[in-house]
Amino acid sequence: MSEFMSLADAVAENVRDGDSVAMEGFTHLIPHAVGHEVIRQCRRRLTLIRMTPDLIYDQLIGMGCVDKVVFSWCGNPGVGSLHRMRDAIENGWPQPLAYEEHSHAAMANAYEAGAAGLPFAVFRGYIGVDLPRVNPNIRSVTCPYTGERLATVPAIRPDVAIIHALRADRAGNVLLEGIVGVQKQAVLAARRSIVTVEEMVDDFGPRSPNAVILPSWTMSAIVVAPGGAHPSYAHGYYKRDNAYYRKWDEISRERDGFLAWMKANVLDRGPEAFAEQRERLSLATAGAP
Amino acid sequence: MSDSFTPTEMMTVAASRALKSSDVCFVGIGMPSAACNLARLTHAPGITLIYESGTIATKPAILPLSIGDGELCDTALTTVSVPEMFRYWLQGGRMTVGFLGGAQIDRYANLNTTVVGSYDKPKVRLPGGGGAPEIAIACGEIFIIMPHGRRGFVEKLDFVTSLGHGEGGDHRARLGVATKGPTRLITDLCMFEPDPWTKEMTVVSIHPGVTRDHIAANTGWHVKYAADIATTSAPSAEELMVLRELHARTRRAHGDQA
Repeated sequence: MSEFMSLADAVAENVRDGDSVAMEGFTHLIPHAVGHEVIRQCRRRLTLIRMTPDLIYDQLIGMGCVDKVVFSWCGNPGVGSLHRMRDAIENGWPQPLAYEEHSHAAMANAYEAGAAGLPFAVFRGYIGVDLPRVNPNIRSVTCPYTGERLATVPAIRPDVAIIHALRADRAGNVLLEGIVGVQKQAVLAARRSIVTVEEMVDDFGPRSPNAVILPSWTMSAIVVAPGGAHPSYAHGYYKRDNAYYRKWDEISRERDGFLAWMKANVLDRGPEAFAEQRERLSLATAGAP
Repeated sequence: MSDSFTPTEMMTVAASRALKSSDVCFVGIGMPSAACNLARLTHAPGITLIYESGTIATKPAILPLSIGDGELCDTALTTVSVPEMFRYWLQGGRMTVGFLGGAQIDRYANLNTTVVGSYDKPKVRLPGGGGAPEIAIACGEIFIIMPHGRRGFVEKLDFVTSLGHGEGGDHRARLGVATKGPTRLITDLCMFEPDPWTKEMTVVSIHPGVTRDHIAANTGWHVKYAADIATTSAPSAEELMVLRELHARTRRAHGDQA
């Protein structure tokens, strides 16, 4: 059964040194507020799993929290490289970074296999390419019915899944809408989970009977963290801070500038920083693009 | 023609013309996205654009910065989960065209977006494959848009991220891949199509004002030309106007939060 907690308590209780952690969100609903709390609590030796490592993983890597990343596309979408992740891979700063690389199809299938309680995922992919040469976890099976050779990857079963959703009701059920990514699969595949939400409501009210809802008993901790996805966005609440993504390229380029920015904006701040950003980018006050 | 245009505009317009109103297109971010939306706003109003974030039949008024901007979801017919997108819609064979860009390409239109240098000790770590390895084999055919240059058009790839025509000839078929693979490569200098037998990407059309010397100087392999070479039609006044308005709307929308 999920429990409402503070951000600090949720991380203290659920994220441990050495854990494998999947913070998911496909451009939309990326759980930045939790990522910052993990940095403030100085977690170490994490294996981070994520289809599209972007700014939040760049920050965790640059602050020395991470031993290994499992991913399928690493970059600042539409802008360029992740300078901190590249510095770790290319120069070992602040520490060497191991990585296991896949394609999107492989990781999406691997999350689904994890949620389905299967040991591996099977799909048609990785044909004529070099990744299987450098990633021993990419293997194959022969279909027992047709003889077709199909790719396999191990199921993803993280110690902790961390996602940001739109709303929780008072019973601790959680609603997601818009681009829903692999978040439901990640939570159902994980041993523990932290879900941050924009707000708590008495009742979800009128909705499609097919709305994406995670029942309370599938999650560990729920945290009300308004703006917790910033600089990504929350459908119907606030828009993506594209200017911030562009600025990150400059902020993250040099080690000193990065560390100074992290101190001022993460180490010396708390969840209130996200609420301020939500206010600034609110769809209600800023007007639609 | 009523106006002058840049090489990038020529490339985007030429790429947009390759798409049909009946296409169901898996759209890569960046230059493919601009070309696909230009097609939708000009000669191909019925085209179905699909982005890997799960948005199906999306009609963005501005170009998304990322593959999952809210604009894509707000204007889509429906939005599905990412596993559903890759399993049912891509692997299930629903896409007629996949539109990709890349960092490095070879003469058989294999693409590298993974590393420059060795994999274990890369000189430059690039973003990686994302959806491309499976887009390249599951879509009916593949269009590629890439600005021409020696750094990108190389004799040998450092890493094969997604399959083009492999080693050429019937290599795709020998690997058990039934789709056509790259049928068009559109650059800011010219357009390529695969030779019917060798599958080497061969120049079929040269953009206005571009010379063969210019193409040779920007390509890392000895370029082959088809028997009949066309000159690409310059962008029409309407194509240029729609493209520039699209970019202007996009700049206003993305800049307004700075």
